[in-house]
Amino acid sequence: MPVLRSILDLIGNTPLVDVSALSPKPAVRILAKLEGQNPGGSVKDRIALSMIEDAEEKGLLAPGATLIEPSSGNTGIGMALVCRIKGYKLKVVLPGNVSIERRQLLELWRAEVIDSPANEGSNGAVRLAQRLSSEHPEWTFLYQYGNPANPRAHYVGTGPEIWRDCPEITHLVVGLGTSGTLLGAGRFLKEASPQVRLWAVEPPTGETVEGLRNLDDGYIPPIFLEQGGADLLDRRTIVGPGDSIEWTRRLADLGVFAGISSGAALAGAVKCANTIEQGTIVFISSDGGWKYLSTGAWTDELDAVVERARGIIYF
Amino acid sequence: MPEVNLPTLLRQHAGGQRSVSVEGATIGEVLEALQSEYPGMAGQLVTPDGELHKFVNVYLNDDDVRYLEKLDTTVLDRDMVSILPAVAGGGA
Repeated sequence: MPVLRSILDLIGNTPLVDVSALSPKPAVRILAKLEGQNPGGSVKDRIALSMIEDAEEKGLLAPGATLIEPSSGNTGIGMALVCRIKGYKLKVVLPGNVSIERRQLLELWRAEVIDSPANEGSNGAVRLAQRLSSEHPEWTFLYQYGNPANPRAHYVGTGPEIWRDCPEITHLVVGLGTSGTLLGAGRFLKEASPQVRLWAVEPPTGETVEGLRNLDDGYIPPIFLEQGGADLLDRRTIVGPGDSIEWTRRLADLGVFAGISSGAALAGAVKCANTIEQGTIVFISSDGGWKYLSTGAWTDELDAVVERARGIIYF
Repeated sequence: MPEVNLPTLLRQHAGGQRSVSVEGATIGEVLEALQSEYPGMAGQLVTPDGELHKFVNVYLNDDDVRYLEKLDTTVLDRDMVSILPAVAGGGA
């Protein structure tokens, strides 16, 4: 392996690992794409680098510029890493109920954390960042939910990597947040092989998020609307914290130490496997388990962990 | 009768109940029954053109009906229908 010039050169090119031992059907393979191998520890390193370099190319970032971004953690951490290396300042609007490790990683790379109300979830973080950025036009707001450089990172990176390593893919299962992975990797794979089906997994957040005055306060990421997410997607399914943690533990039994949302994606992959006779399902394991050790996800009694998980953003 | 889980926002129109049971063999029929039984919900779930409201996600058990047969999705008596507002999710 050649010596790398910068840690940023380690972003992307993540491995696929066969976890078919967990498949309910012998003729259905299940492969995990381990995004926890990225240097900032999650899939979001890809979009952090993509959005920041896109802004640089457009001349939007003067040396030492200040950026602001709402994030439940991983995007903020990826951006903090990239900003630290490139000399930008970063303010991350973070819902109050994320794991302590997410906050620590942001501080490690000197991002300033601005708390948004825990009971408003990611919605509240987006709203607060929008307000702060309009009050501070001198800050650059890359807005991951509305920035085409987010899905593009997956269209030029994640998707082609999966196709290169596993052209026999029949299904891609992704967690749904900004919808960037779905739009980018999903579109690339469907163009490469129209038989590929896309499944999105989401946590049951809508039920618990407060601060909605009425249904018109709802939120759909602008990139999802602009890039035809609904037409691209074949199935969208909810996975609760109980299943997420159980499948995260089963991954660990195979030696794969992944974050709790990876368990959710795997639960979706297993559900998908139950609907087909044969095929190859790839799911995105968005991050490693390190940031969730404080939740006791692997060590404490299951019921207690699930109850705790209801109160934090783990996805 | 299928059971329908209501989001916090709609519970006020159903006497504060978290879930209610209504008749219906499809998602469209269930939503129609819901709106006629609890008139406060009328117009909040389905648009005048007969489409699901943009910011309303309806799930049959765990699956978003937009990616099943939309309002024509078959509902069985033992099914659980959940209505959730579209919000910014996690993973971001």
